Amino acid sequence: MNITRSLSPVIDQVGVEERIARLQTRSIKTASKVFALKLALSMIDLTTLSGDDTPGKVRQLCAKARHLHNRLPGLPQVAAVCVYAPFVGIAKQQLAGSDIKVASVATAFPSGQSTLQVKLDETRFAVGEGADEVDMVISRGEFLRGNYHYVFDEIQSIKEACGTAHLKVILETGELSTLDNIRLASDIAMHAGADFIKTSTGKIQPAATLPVTLVMLEAIRDFYYATGRKIGMKPAGGISNAKLALQYLVVLRETLGEQWLTKDYFRFGASSLANDLLMQIVKQETGVYQSMDYFSKD
Amino acid sequence: MSKTKDTFSLQFDTTWQYDAAPESASHIRLQKGYDLFIDNKFVPPADGKYFNTVNPSTGKKIAEIARASQADVDLAVQSARKALGPWQALSGASRGKYLFRIARLIQEREREFSVIESMDGGKPIRESKTIDVPLASAHFFYYAGWADKLEYAFPGRNPKPVGVAAQIIPWNFPLLMAAWKIAPALATGNTVVLKPAETTPLTALKLAEIIRDAGLPAGVVNILTGAGDTGAMMVEHPDIDKIAFTGSTEVGKLIQKRLAGTHKKLTLELGGKGANIILEDAAIDQAVEGIINGIYFNQGHVCCAGSRLLVQESVADLVIRKLKDRMETLIVGDPLDKNTDIGAINSAAQLKSIKKYLKKGLAEGTELYQSSCELPSGSGYWCRPSLFTNVAQSNTIVQEEIFGPVLTLQTFRTLEEALEKANNTFYGLSAGVWTDKGSKIFKMTSGLKAGIVWANTYNRFDPTSPFGGYKESGIGREGGLHGLASYIKFEDR
Amino acid sequence: MKSKNETSTGEVTKETSVKGRIAVSKTFKLYIGGQFPRTESGRYLPVQLIDGTTINTCHASGKDYRNAVVAARSAVNGWSSRSAYNRSQILYRMAEMLEGRKMQLATDLIQSGLSSNQANLELDDTIDRIVYYAGWCDKYTQVFSTVNPVATPHFNFSVPEPMGVVGIVYPSDVGLLSLVSHLMPVLAGANTAVLLLPPEATTWAINFAEVLETSDLPAGVVNVLTGLRSELIAHFASHLDVNAVIGVAGTPSEVRELQSTGAAHILRVVIRSGQLHPPDPYQIMDTQEVKTTWHPVGK
Repeated sequence: MNITRSLSPVIDQVGVEERIARLQTRSIKTASKVFALKLALSMIDLTTLSGDDTPGKVRQLCAKARHLHNRLPGLPQVAAVCVYAPFVGIAKQQLAGSDIKVASVATAFPSGQSTLQVKLDETRFAVGEGADEVDMVISRGEFLRGNYHYVFDEIQSIKEACGTAHLKVILETGELSTLDNIRLASDIAMHAGADFIKTSTGKIQPAATLPVTLVMLEAIRDFYYATGRKIGMKPAGGISNAKLALQYLVVLRETLGEQWLTKDYFRFGASSLANDLLMQIVKQETGVYQSMDYFSKD
Repeated sequence: MSKTKDTFSLQFDTTWQYDAAPESASHIRLQKGYDLFIDNKFVPPADGKYFNTVNPSTGKKIAEIARASQADVDLAVQSARKALGPWQALSGASRGKYLFRIARLIQEREREFSVIESMDGGKPIRESKTIDVPLASAHFFYYAGWADKLEYAFPGRNPKPVGVAAQIIPWNFPLLMAAWKIAPALATGNTVVLKPAETTPLTALKLAEIIRDAGLPAGVVNILTGAGDTGAMMVEHPDIDKIAFTGSTEVGKLIQKRLAGTHKKLTLELGGKGANIILEDAAIDQAVEGIINGIYFNQGHVCCAGSRLLVQESVADLVIRKLKDRMETLIVGDPLDKNTDIGAINSAAQLKSIKKYLKKGLAEGTELYQSSCELPSGSGYWCRPSLFTNVAQSNTIVQEEIFGPVLTLQTFRTLEEALEKANNTFYGLSAGVWTDKGSKIFKMTSGLKAGIVWANTYNRFDPTSPFGGYKESGIGREGGLHGLASYIKFEDR
Repeated sequence: MKSKNETSTGEVTKETSVKGRIAVSKTFKLYIGGQFPRTESGRYLPVQLIDGTTINTCHASGKDYRNAVVAARSAVNGWSSRSAYNRSQILYRMAEMLEGRKMQLATDLIQSGLSSNQANLELDDTIDRIVYYAGWCDKYTQVFSTVNPVATPHFNFSVPEPMGVVGIVYPSDVGLLSLVSHLMPVLAGANTAVLLLPPEATTWAINFAEVLETSDLPAGVVNVLTGLRSELIAHFASHLDVNAVIGVAGTPSEVRELQSTGAAHILRVVIRSGQLHPPDPYQIMDTQEVKTTWHPVGK
């Protein structure tokens, strides 16, 4: 496949921002709000990606994933737990018997500055440990210097190494500088075999934003128009409250519609979002404004 | 895979729906009836006649409105005439201060005005709240600042007010049009008799309250309500110096004819049939948004609407597909609901006229696509967002202004063909062009015969930006520095 | 159609050489599309000059007017798309050409009733007025354009654009300076024009047209008809392909006719008094539309 900038249509930044501003005026109330809060909860990749992660920390995160808020029965589970590769085995063990997936970051996350061989080894290790999903980063340096083929080939190789595990491709949009670049990176990733495209590592600012997410959803839409393949979307980083999460769902609903309103095609990469969603759900169901003291922090 | 590309369709009738999110109307202050605003007082009409103003989303009466007759018009003009001398004698700075006051008072009551505007006219509260009311206030604010700086607007000349201005405004932007008319007239030292449209008089009457509360000298602004005959009496009144009319081209022609041979100065903002041109290198997703904003904004009740979509053939299929998907996400419903994209058609008569065009379009052999959204039940006036494809320049729906949420789509091959089609109309108010290439933008924007050209955007308005048409779309400009010229004369000329 | 030799030496005064030579008198035609045709109607209006000679002027018809509008319309694109600098030079060239033909035009003006002194003054003023407006071609858009500081993230500017075809209807007592005073703002503003002059003005007006013809002015930019205002005013008012009409010193009924009939297509009607107006760039704006263009500004 010959990859040039003409692979992607141009993007008008002001137009994207205006569209987002308009979508942000959607007012989500009552039953519609509860539905969306629960939907958002079901889409969370509960994440810990720190240098100080320990088996104990990962175990606690898995426990939280299984027991979001015992006082409120009937809550959905989060979609997955997302950890570094060495913790995949522990997470797998902790989540055995649940539907909660284990996702592993790989490919020299977060910078991606390593050789392909190292990245492939890491990917195979994570999958070997039982990872259901692999979150890779693209080589932004190669992308920015115009080496699109390198980026494409690398994704293709990692995808192969994933086997049956789902591949999420992190574009690290905060380092791509323009919406045109973000669109092109999305298209390259999808053509190279990504199952999901993901905004950010969470280590770079800006992380996920609504305009970036809209551009990526539109790329997914065009890919679907052209091929019939449904690619998933994962905004990650900075989505810490329910109100913002609901705005992402509005953008999703009005860009891709019913088929994407599921954890199979949309995820939030977040850690503190879950508790805010829980708090809002409890508020909606009881009518009482909540305090964080009533929710477990893990 | 047995599916063809076209069957990969998106579904927007989702399990997750937005619940009703109505803007509260509990805080608004409305009377059961409104009299005429003459000489800073609300006075009953001389012959005691009233008419109803109706909420187009329910068909129910909101209030009784006075119908001005000849005696009332005489009184209002007399009041404006009497106020003229003292108003002109005020310093520009003082006149400006009154306008600043009005601007602020509108801002303070923004929410009330928004709700009433949507109730009376049917437009979505999202639009009245973010566009109509803030822009109305902004117009007063902008022209307030001009009042003491007029000599810089016309260097080398000595601008003088025209005198008593009769201003007749339409129902599509009731408060905003009142602001467009009143603010520059007062800044330049004229006095005003304004008539809002028969179907949307309420916000102009609420504006009358503000004008009174702002302490404006009596008679500087008079507001008369009534139908077309009241407007005609204003046009023909011998003691009027200036007519400013916004409305249909048909009525505009009648007014120009009636003024023939008189001293009365005239500005007209009339109809349009704006071409919105999508070139193949445009940012298509944003262009689709511009198409939507161009035609479905304010139910398509917009003189500068981008009602003729021209798409370069190479991207036409893609644009149509995306446009249809986007149309499916438009919410038609209660104007007061914060999620409504398309509100109620302004009146039963307008709905009837739109339906006539929909029928006509089909009869002329074109294809009609309408979104499958649910329409509210009950007795309001509703119309689905509509798109005609397979149309030709010769079709009635391409040539005539429909003034509703109805778009026609034609294709073209070259820029020259696009320009020719776009300009092939007796209107010349607005146009849009979408392309990523700077040189094409300038080629197209300079070739389009229209008073407002939006490049990579559509339906933007600002008090600093002149607005007005070429050809049968009107005479003169409103807004910006150029808008001042509509209300001044040079004594040495 | 036209012989340059003839026009460059055209003399209307009766002139007898010492040897009793019979002078060659001139036929006055219309000026349409860069040509000097006779009126298609074949009609004429006799006009007596000061010295007692009578000339037959073309009595232009509605059809002549329509032909002139066609010529003016087809010249609009070429004229308005030239650079303002180029238009400016062409208009300046008009002044140069007129300066060179002052003697003849002076004779014409004297024959129409001016004193020799008046005629020369009129010509000087006329030439200066032409130079004045020639200089405006590449400046008026700077004076009358604006960049509008809109509150949204857009770049927004307003510029004047020519209306297109402009009709100018002159009164029976029109003079040369008045002719150019109303014509030059129209031309400086990149419009094309169709002029209706009274039969009395024929000699100097048509000889002035010859100045235009030799000034590098593209064919059709100015078209000159001689005829009766009472007869043609309705045509000026009703022609759909005319964008604006300037009525100079019209009678109340003529003004009413222009405005009332013109209303059928929202004709721009500019009514001016017959009084000479000082040079004024604002008059350029009388035949300009204002176009406002928006474009988003990214961060």
